[in-house]
Amino acid sequence: MTLISDAPAPTSTERPVKQVHLAAHFPGVNNTTVWRDSNQASQIAFSSFTHFAQNAERGKFDFLFLAEGLRLREHKGRIHDLDVVGRPNTLAVLAGLAAVTSHIGLVGTLSSTFNEPYELARQLASLDHLSGGRAGWNIVTTFDAFHGENFRRGAFLDKADRYTRAEEFVAVARQLWDAWATDAVLADKAAGDFLAEDAIGLVDHHGPQFDVTGFPTLPQSPQGRPVIVQAGDSADGRGFASRTAEVIFSRHAGFEDGQKFYSDVKGRLAAEGRHRDSLKILPAVTFILGDTEAEARERSRETALLQVSPQTAIAFLEQVWGTDLGGYDPDGPLPEIDPVSTDQGVTRGRVRHDSDPAAIARGWRTLAEAEGLSIRDLVIRFAANHTFVGTPVQVAETINRHVQEDASDGFVIVGSTNPTGLDEFVDRVIPELQERGVYRTEYEEGATLRHTLGLPV
Amino acid sequence: MTARFHLGIALDGAGWHPAAWREPDARPGEVFDLAYWVDLVKIAEAGGVDLVTFEDAFGLQSSGFGGVDARRDEVRGRLDALLLATAVAPHVTHIGLVPTITTTHTEPFHVGTATATLDYVSGGWGGWRVQVSGRAHEAAHVGRRSFPALDPAAVVAGTDPAQTALIEGLFGEAADTVEVARRLWDSWEDDAVIRDVPTGRFLDRDKVHYIDFAGDAFTVKGPSITPRPPQGQPVVFALAHQKVPYELATASADIVGITPQDDAHLTRILGELADAEAQVSRTAPEPLRVWSEAVILIEDSPEEARAALARLDAAHGATYTSDTVILADTGANVAAHLLAWHDAGLDGVRLRPARLPADLVRITTDVVPALAAAGVLDRPADAGTLRARLGLGVPENRYASSAAASGDSDLAGSDSAQLDLIGSARS
Repeated sequence: MTLISDAPAPTSTERPVKQVHLAAHFPGVNNTTVWRDSNQASQIAFSSFTHFAQNAERGKFDFLFLAEGLRLREHKGRIHDLDVVGRPNTLAVLAGLAAVTSHIGLVGTLSSTFNEPYELARQLASLDHLSGGRAGWNIVTTFDAFHGENFRRGAFLDKADRYTRAEEFVAVARQLWDAWATDAVLADKAAGDFLAEDAIGLVDHHGPQFDVTGFPTLPQSPQGRPVIVQAGDSADGRGFASRTAEVIFSRHAGFEDGQKFYSDVKGRLAAEGRHRDSLKILPAVTFILGDTEAEARERSRETALLQVSPQTAIAFLEQVWGTDLGGYDPDGPLPEIDPVSTDQGVTRGRVRHDSDPAAIARGWRTLAEAEGLSIRDLVIRFAANHTFVGTPVQVAETINRHVQEDASDGFVIVGSTNPTGLDEFVDRVIPELQERGVYRTEYEEGATLRHTLGLPV
Repeated sequence: MTARFHLGIALDGAGWHPAAWREPDARPGEVFDLAYWVDLVKIAEAGGVDLVTFEDAFGLQSSGFGGVDARRDEVRGRLDALLLATAVAPHVTHIGLVPTITTTHTEPFHVGTATATLDYVSGGWGGWRVQVSGRAHEAAHVGRRSFPALDPAAVVAGTDPAQTALIEGLFGEAADTVEVARRLWDSWEDDAVIRDVPTGRFLDRDKVHYIDFAGDAFTVKGPSITPRPPQGQPVVFALAHQKVPYELATASADIVGITPQDDAHLTRILGELADAEAQVSRTAPEPLRVWSEAVILIEDSPEEARAALARLDAAHGATYTSDTVILADTGANVAAHLLAWHDAGLDGVRLRPARLPADLVRITTDVVPALAAAGVLDRPADAGTLRARLGLGVPENRYASSAAASGDSDLAGSDSAQLDLIGSARS
């Protein structure tokens, strides 16, 4: 991590200083959320969500972000029991949070597969009305039979069609959000006109995925359309994002990698007739602070040991090896045996990135042997490798450098403890960003999420 | 056998009379704003009301059962009731919040987690008014089913097999949805989260259960993603007008709302409810509570109340009719009517204010005190949940501590024993 000067970020006539945008990721269902610590509060009590949201609002975050999982994860055919698990209904808890916050955006992850446009568009419009224009929708395209078992249509969607469906879903939702005329509600008591003439247009959509005919039940919401967020990273996902998304929740947190992703996606916008600023790219990052860099590194190691218990280390390895590794010592070397190839994987209910287990295993073994890493050390390297580790000044400057040099427009900050995981970030990093003139010191009064993010209205 | 009588308020738009929005103190321009609803629910809470319901549907309001009408002179549009109720929840502390949720086109899994979340956000004051959607134009909002045009007269008469089949299908699906929700609510035992450091286990997975529901319209595997809500089983309310819905209510609901037009009608309804009870096996945790419904308009004298109703009807251009009795009278006379229902054995009422906020205010100032003076509103002072407030017990979890009924395999049981041994060996 390079220390740069305390002066405001470099400016020049052709490159104005960019403002940093931040989102707060509620610590949820994953091994990165530490629970082996008596300070951890309930993962489900509304008081936890309230604390998290109000702290993020104190830090003037653009929005808070909730992930979603529509089935409990399974490992080796049974419910995975090593990580925090259990969460509220995404839309409902965001509605509750609308009541205890005033400015921060409320972004929920919601499936375009296991929902229907008429209902979901209505729920998002309701959230936008209830929150005064702060709703956002992170679209996910989970399609598999495992999740399908909880829903009416089961495994109805081919993998190849998941973005087709998502794109058509958004197109229908936009028609529904736009169907009421701008001044549809007159509520004119004297004249007896609640609605204006021709106040509500009929939506009549017929496409490969949806047939939706009818009138929506809500006037245009304060934002007109809730903000669309997207996280997919495949070629299809990037194409979808460049056409449809307004925020990308990306995995490209590294500087060079981030710049490459940033220029790729932003470069696609012109062809879609979109302005570069109409899409914000926010990689997800973790952080560990210390008074000195050495202290931060020490805390990072301590946190990693809490995030990757001996049992979690073995379970993580089993995801790649595809078989029971319960007999291996987490503090010993990696298994000599080769991964078992399985169609399905040993873990179900989470995104799977490992396409070639044998190659991954070989790479890990080589790395572990070269650096003398135990199983647990290796898993920590991959599953608890904190993105930003340093003093508040170092972290703020790193964030600012990524933003000014187009590796991102900001970050989704993932805390490691619930619900206080971002308190220290707000106390110590936010003031540094504000001092550098690259981060808001107040919300604009009455601003919608769209305004706060600097998106076209 | 209880002297307790409970009071619900049905909130909708600017009130139940179609012209209520034109009253001087109505706030029709605010029906899409949270602050409006918070104000109303606070009035009800301060006024001693046990619960409020929020009307909703799977489409735009209409004056008939056919498609959407072109009327511009009535309130049109609604917020999603579950989200509205959940957003109101942090603003109040001791009133039940019961949104209407349609079961016909929605996902039972989402309904189960959403109602559980309302219960968390409200700290145990959540409920759910179950509603079906039989309207053909609402089915077109999803586009995968098509229904025949609904004919309420034929439904009541039971003469048209297509109509009967539609209604039986819709209510069967509603009963299945309630069953799925009840199983999902129970799918986590209360002590499933163990945070056991020695074994590295956050969760005791033997206390989290698949629900394996299979019905005609859907299957749901479970378990819920949401741990068991504070009340265990949030309160299920069903409005019912005839045999098929009576069977849904007597099987699945905690409270049924009935719509007697007069005393003779009430007697007949109670007989039909008893018949339904004999037909079905009840799955709800406690005996069914029977509440009556009434539209309420209150003025200082009966003449003024009738005049106010006439004025509203004139503004509307038609005489207002309802599926239930309309009481336009003094607060004292309304209270007397409700006391007669109490004496007839009913457990409560869900009152539909003709005008909001006016008749809600009058109910709290003129009716509640009269009922209290009559000694029928004797409630637990320290009720911490809606169930407790209504005198409903703390329900047992259907999956709790019965290994045989858990649905898990023997293998799972033996694994668990092994882990417990590891745990105790290390502690």
